[in-house]
Amino acid sequence: MRLGRGFRVGRWLPPAALIALLLLVWELSVRALGTPAYILPPPSAIVVAFGEVRPLLGQHIVTTGTEALAGILVGAVIGVALAVAVWALPLFRRLTYPLLVASQTVPMVVLAPLLVLWFGFGLTPKVVVVALIAVFPVAISTVQGLAAVDGEQIDLLRSMGAGRRDILRVVLVPSATPAFFAGLRIASAYAIAGAVIGEWVGASSGLGLFLTRSQASFRVDRVFVGVAVITVLSVALFGVVDLLARVVAPWQRAGREQEEDV
Amino acid sequence: MIAVERLTHRYGAVEVLDNVSLEIPAGGFVGLVGPSGCGKSTLLKVLAGLLVPDSGDATIDGRSVVGSPGRTAYMPQRDLLLAWRRTLGNATIGAEIAGTPRRQAESQARTLLGRFGLEGFERAWPAELSGGMRQRLALLRTFLCGHDVLLLDEPFGALDAITRRDMHEWLQQVLADDPRTVLLVTHDVEEALVLSDTVIVLSDRPARVVKQLSVELQRPRESDVVTSKPFVELKASLLEALRTGRT
Ligand SMILES: Nc1ncnc2c1ncn2[C@@H]1O[C@H](COP(=O)(O)OP(=O)(O)OP(=O)(O)O)[C@@H](O)[C@H]1O
Ligand SMILES: [Mg+2]
Repeated sequence: MRLGRGFRVGRWLPPAALIALLLLVWELSVRALGTPAYILPPPSAIVVAFGEVRPLLGQHIVTTGTEALAGILVGAVIGVALAVAVWALPLFRRLTYPLLVASQTVPMVVLAPLLVLWFGFGLTPKVVVVALIAVFPVAISTVQGLAAVDGEQIDLLRSMGAGRRDILRVVLVPSATPAFFAGLRIASAYAIAGAVIGEWVGASSGLGLFLTRSQASFRVDRVFVGVAVITVLSVALFGVVDLLARVVAPWQRAGREQEEDV
Repeated sequence: MIAVERLTHRYGAVEVLDNVSLEIPAGGFVGLVGPSGCGKSTLLKVLAGLLVPDSGDATIDGRSVVGSPGRTAYMPQRDLLLAWRRTLGNATIGAEIAGTPRRQAESQARTLLGRFGLEGFERAWPAELSGGMRQRLALLRTFLCGHDVLLLDEPFGALDAITRRDMHEWLQQVLADDPRTVLLVTHDVEEALVLSDTVIVLSDRPARVVKQLSVELQRPRESDVVTSKPFVELKASLLEALRTGRT
């Protein structure tokens, strides 16, 4: 714990330095080659564009963020429900597992227009896109977590006279929690991008709309602003989920700390 | 009193228990020794109510425990600590399942932490404990289950020889203060002799009772008892019984 701060800086510094270096190379080469701004603007122009559109961005960010969060929440709930069903009911597993895997081969870009057709232009189709993206990693990961529960630990609890509820509470749920979060982490990395795909087809607000508009008016610098915002939001969401995992499953880090320090 | 009557069990084609009978009087301490894989853990699982044998019965105070867990304090061979619970949380699981109020269970656990060499580690995660500490925590968890009958499956198996000797003396003290009925499985013939009133020797798989030996050595037995003449003689006869049990 006391080491935490210094450790963090050491961890973030190298990638931050790398990004800074890449931006510098980008800036200098675009200038040196005289690349027109409608093909590839230099980072400095993107920063200027960011300043221009900043008043507009807030609302778009709120919209997309809301869609992503709602989608993750819905996806996580359905994912866990599916996982429990797959784990507890062998027949259900045999029926749905192939479907679950096959569903992942349908590209979201194809699905998004259909969802708009079914659910309209509001929040719903975007939430559905994100939820569909989130369900799979959460379900698969949670199933693995449940399957990896130590049967002897359940036996130990049974020897103490524990009932099903006790076993669920004391062994199954905590044992599967880290795996659930592993799935949720993956889902959170894609959630913002998923919401943007949903907005691409039709939206009255959101980063997807901002991007399509910027593109239609050939404002490549603004497209880059949009991309940067999406990236930052995704990383932030990932970070929040990661933090949540640490708070909910603090034992995960125990015993690993020493090894990491080496 | 524990009575095991003509237990027979097989896992599929593997015969494990062959007509095993034994008795442990209330407050008695029986050591069970036998070759690896002969069925000692299986016998304990039957007594813990976890495994229904093919035939035979096991009773505690006249009531059958077959298929009815929750009447013994069982310590499995692996420590099976819950990684998501700290020391104190692991120690109090049994009490928690039995419905003891948490505060009461925790204060009871706290008073014993010192004796189990876990003082200062009440908030540690299992991943942060040494092998010996994990084993002692599993033992503490067993003691706190609140049952008279203790079923201990190689409780000191993971400890070094010195700690093991200490634990032997310590366990005798604890049991003198707080008598329980104990069935202890071990590979260690000396351990069985130091701790037990009676040592039972099982044969190779399928396990039969080859020998039953009363250990009439005065208590408390200090660690130097192992060099005394009667002890050495008892040990020799146990080793001989183990040899005849091999096939
Ligand atoms: N669940 C099971 N299914 C099938 N076979 C089993 C099962 N549990 C144990 N066995 C087999 O039964 C035999 C007895 O196992 P048991 O664990 O009772 O031995 P043990 O005397 O405790 O051995 P050790 O001293 O090595 O712990 C072994 O051959 C083992 O492979
Ligand atoms: Mg065993």
